[in-house]
Amino acid sequence: MKHSVILLSIGALLLAASPAQAHLMNSGFGPFYDGLAHPFLVPDDLLPVIALTLLAGLRGARCGRWVVFALPSAWLAGMAAAAVIHLPSGPVWMTCALTIVLGALAAADRPWPVALVVGLAAVAGATHGFGNGRELAAIKGGGLAMAGIASALFVVSALTAGQLATLRAHWARVAVRVAGSWIAAIGLLMLGWSMRTGQ
Amino acid sequence: MKKQKTESTKLKTLRRATRISQGVFWAAVLMWPMSALAHTRGGEAIGFLSGAQHPVSGLDHVLAMIAVGLWGAQLGAPAVWVLPVTFPMVMAFGGMLGLMGVKLPGIEIGIAASAIALGFVVFREAKPKLWLAAVLVGFFAVFHGHAHGTELPPGGNGLLYSIGFVIATGCLHATGIAIGLIHRWPAGRAVLRLAGGGVAVAGVLFLWRALA
Repeated sequence: MKHSVILLSIGALLLAASPAQAHLMNSGFGPFYDGLAHPFLVPDDLLPVIALTLLAGLRGARCGRWVVFALPSAWLAGMAAAAVIHLPSGPVWMTCALTIVLGALAAADRPWPVALVVGLAAVAGATHGFGNGRELAAIKGGGLAMAGIASALFVVSALTAGQLATLRAHWARVAVRVAGSWIAAIGLLMLGWSMRTGQ
Repeated sequence: MKKQKTESTKLKTLRRATRISQGVFWAAVLMWPMSALAHTRGGEAIGFLSGAQHPVSGLDHVLAMIAVGLWGAQLGAPAVWVLPVTFPMVMAFGGMLGLMGVKLPGIEIGIAASAIALGFVVFREAKPKLWLAAVLVGFFAVFHGHAHGTELPPGGNGLLYSIGFVIATGCLHATGIAIGLIHRWPAGRAVLRLAGGGVAVAGVLFLWRALA
């Protein structure tokens, strides 16, 4: 019951997400809350996070604990680096490729080394964070927004990976693997879109 | 006795709190503010719903995808979930090729052939090795994906479109699996085989149309 509510909630948040936007949504509560809402409103960012937490959750509590801290930290570091280093963010195909890899690894459900999952969390966090940071550095209260994004990521990854780490039923693991395969499929289509539009 | 009563009251309070928190959550999701779109976008690739509509827009696609679910149900675990996992992933690969402009000959023939082949294996209740079943399903998935990929105009947000597209495909497989649950009864087995025959016959019609 608890797991189905959590899975339904994640699904609803994914569906509730609005199109990707160049700027933070104005929640009316200030930049921290704008940042807090940001990952839920930008599926480009949310999708790899979900894939990563599925992967971490399947690998167990130890892996989940590492990812819960590695992902927001790397994301925050990426955002901070983008505010200091004025470089263009990575090409879209790179984030698509990351999503494909994360989804495929979750779908395969093999005993991947914890270091690999944590490394991928760091790479995904830094890549997406760098993309976010370029926009946030230019706005007032950008630092608070960054803290908001990192907090949201911590909560999402802690809740998802924590719930998944407790899964014992075979069908539940299969459902997570199917979700991973869908994310990989979405990543493949996104890769096609990015190639088509020359990004 | 008194202790039991207190426990029961606590449990009731906890249940009520859970219900209230769930209600608040769904209300928040429903009221979640969407970003205002300052520009209208051309083409159909504009969002989740248009992506979800695409796989169900053609009977040839629908029958083939449901047949995958039916076959999975006939084969049982692990094929019941391996096949529906294989199809969307390979279909997305085909879609990617289509979006990138990679040419693939005989798309319509391939789609019609998929309905014939998948309908036939359901009709025969074929039980090949898992890898062979996955290869067969994956082979035809490329044609379906490529057809969708080439038909799509460039849109403003490909991601939401892709999410809708993949979820709709998965739901079609799930429909096939749900129907396939009747396989546990002898009469249900016969009905499934008949349904497979129907898909194969429809495939022949699609092939005729493709060649005409």
